[in-house]
Amino acid sequence: MSQIDFAKALLDNERPTPGGLIDPKGRPAGKRFDVYRNNVVLSLSDALSDAYPVVQKLVGDKFFQAMAGVFVRQHPPKSPIISQFAPEFPDFLAAFPPVAKLTYLPDVARLEKARTEAYHALDATPIDGAALAALTPEQMSEAKLRLHPSLYIISSPFPVFAIWQQNSDAPETAIPKHGQDVLIARPSDMVEMRTLPPGAADFLRALNAGRTLGETIEFCEKIPLFDLTENIGGLFESNLLIKIES
Amino acid sequence: MSNKILKSLAIAGSIAAALTTISGTAHAQAAEKCYGVSLAGQNDCKAGAGTTCAGTSTVDFQGNAFSMVPAGTCATVELPDMADGSHRMGSMEELTRDIPA
Amino acid sequence: MPLIPHLPNSVGVGYKPQHLDDILADSGSVKWLEIHAENYMSAGGPPIAQLKRLAEQFPISCHGVGLSIGGERPLDKDHLTRLKHLINWLKPASFSEHLAWSTHEGGFLNDLLPVPYNMETAKRVADHVNEVQDTLNVQMLLENPSVYVAFAASTMDEITFINEVVSRTGCGLLLDVNNVFISGTNQEYSPEEYIANFPVEHIGELHLGGHIKDQDEHGAPLLIDSHNDKVVDPVWTLLDTLLKRTGPKPILVEWDNDIPDWSILESEAARATTALEAIS
Repeated sequence: MSQIDFAKALLDNERPTPGGLIDPKGRPAGKRFDVYRNNVVLSLSDALSDAYPVVQKLVGDKFFQAMAGVFVRQHPPKSPIISQFAPEFPDFLAAFPPVAKLTYLPDVARLEKARTEAYHALDATPIDGAALAALTPEQMSEAKLRLHPSLYIISSPFPVFAIWQQNSDAPETAIPKHGQDVLIARPSDMVEMRTLPPGAADFLRALNAGRTLGETIEFCEKIPLFDLTENIGGLFESNLLIKIES
Repeated sequence: MSNKILKSLAIAGSIAAALTTISGTAHAQAAEKCYGVSLAGQNDCKAGAGTTCAGTSTVDFQGNAFSMVPAGTCATVELPDMADGSHRMGSMEELTRDIPA
Repeated sequence: MPLIPHLPNSVGVGYKPQHLDDILADSGSVKWLEIHAENYMSAGGPPIAQLKRLAEQFPISCHGVGLSIGGERPLDKDHLTRLKHLINWLKPASFSEHLAWSTHEGGFLNDLLPVPYNMETAKRVADHVNEVQDTLNVQMLLENPSVYVAFAASTMDEITFINEVVSRTGCGLLLDVNNVFISGTNQEYSPEEYIANFPVEHIGELHLGGHIKDQDEHGAPLLIDSHNDKVVDPVWTLLDTLLKRTGPKPILVEWDNDIPDWSILESEAARATTALEAIS
């Protein structure tokens, strides 16, 4: 019996216990092999629950546990680093028929995944707005702004941030009747989240893709309700700017 | 003055205005800050709690169509008529989406 | 200069982030900390910052759980590179891994799976240990597993197997006393005899932990290494016997599941300290 057979049987209960595994009396191992089956599925289900607590709250513990059993058998980790486990979970939810009616659930999962990734992202020290103000108008226009490596933006047609808040630390949160763009970042030691005003997601995406400030603004000004002053202010208020390349 | 210079001056004006706004006043929309994920996804070398639960049973979602439905707080999430999910676009991988060429 | 294990002959515990404030305030009888390497392989973030702070105050034992040294597959070179990076900046007092495997077809199963004890496996494990020691420039400690099944393909006992790996690699050993009790009970051999025959001259660290009791389908006892409770009395007795053979050694108390208040974990460490003092 190879380790491949052992591993396949761990993740598939329909398979018999691999031959050659025995108890001390030489009898085939049955329940003894199930200890390993249980360890693998339970430990990975627990890791999934740690990473996606709001999804768990939304669907309930019993349902989540059962769904986790399906997920972890289909998507065992690719890496031994458990904090990076289950990046496929949002897409899994989008394709899992029993949660098809919860149309917002995959985006809630994307929000939770972004929180974990922001938490473990590269550290960087934000710089002060004065550094930008010190440039000449022309230099400003040509400047490329490097944003914090922990920055994630989730754009959803659903009010995902409100749903997240209502199911974590602010149960009284009202659910608005529109989608939300959510900024997730960890400029120092805490993950911070906020909803973005119109056009801000595109503004940040363009800067993050290496467009100059001038190019970015030219593009964003075409977006209805885009407010440049508010967006520049938000950049500093969120401590997102780490370097100015001119 | 050329169009480009006018544009640069407008940017500079916005930045100056933004910096003035930031210094001093409190902001309406405070960020949500959380330590919550600090314990997510830990490696360890323990074994699970037993031999018979998660590892040896697989839930048949189709066979349990009535009992196996989401039963958490999702019942209280009331979405307006809008979203049916058909125009879903949320994805953090799409950070570069819609950027100017 | 290779890293030769040099933990102090005192008591440490497995570090859990929820104990950070307690440890910094007063670590009591806990004199060093063990971390699981895979929890500190992110690009950045608070866990790494916490570890850097702790490493200024405590000797750190770096304990890997994902290298799959017993695997039939080649070692994961990317993972070795990550370990090398961690060891280079952390400069731990010791690096240890398990006599087990955990990867399959490039994936990771998040459990410590058993290997048959025969010459073919011993050679493969020794090759992997040599690769780890050469790549990381360390003398690593190899930990005895807790096992639930045996292999019809085994041709030697665990101690003979471990001796074979040591003679081929010059690695040190991490002896988990709880694992000896679990495996001895599950495989129906005497833990006392195992302790009496173990090559103690290679031991660089001892582990203690809690387990739970179950039964197999024939009613035979089946102990499971759950690390969710206090160390049981028979394991403390085994520790006393062992310490008489080894003299003072670094001792670690592990608690990974149902993690208790710091005071309870510290009291387990105090009990281990008493055992150490009894032979000093």
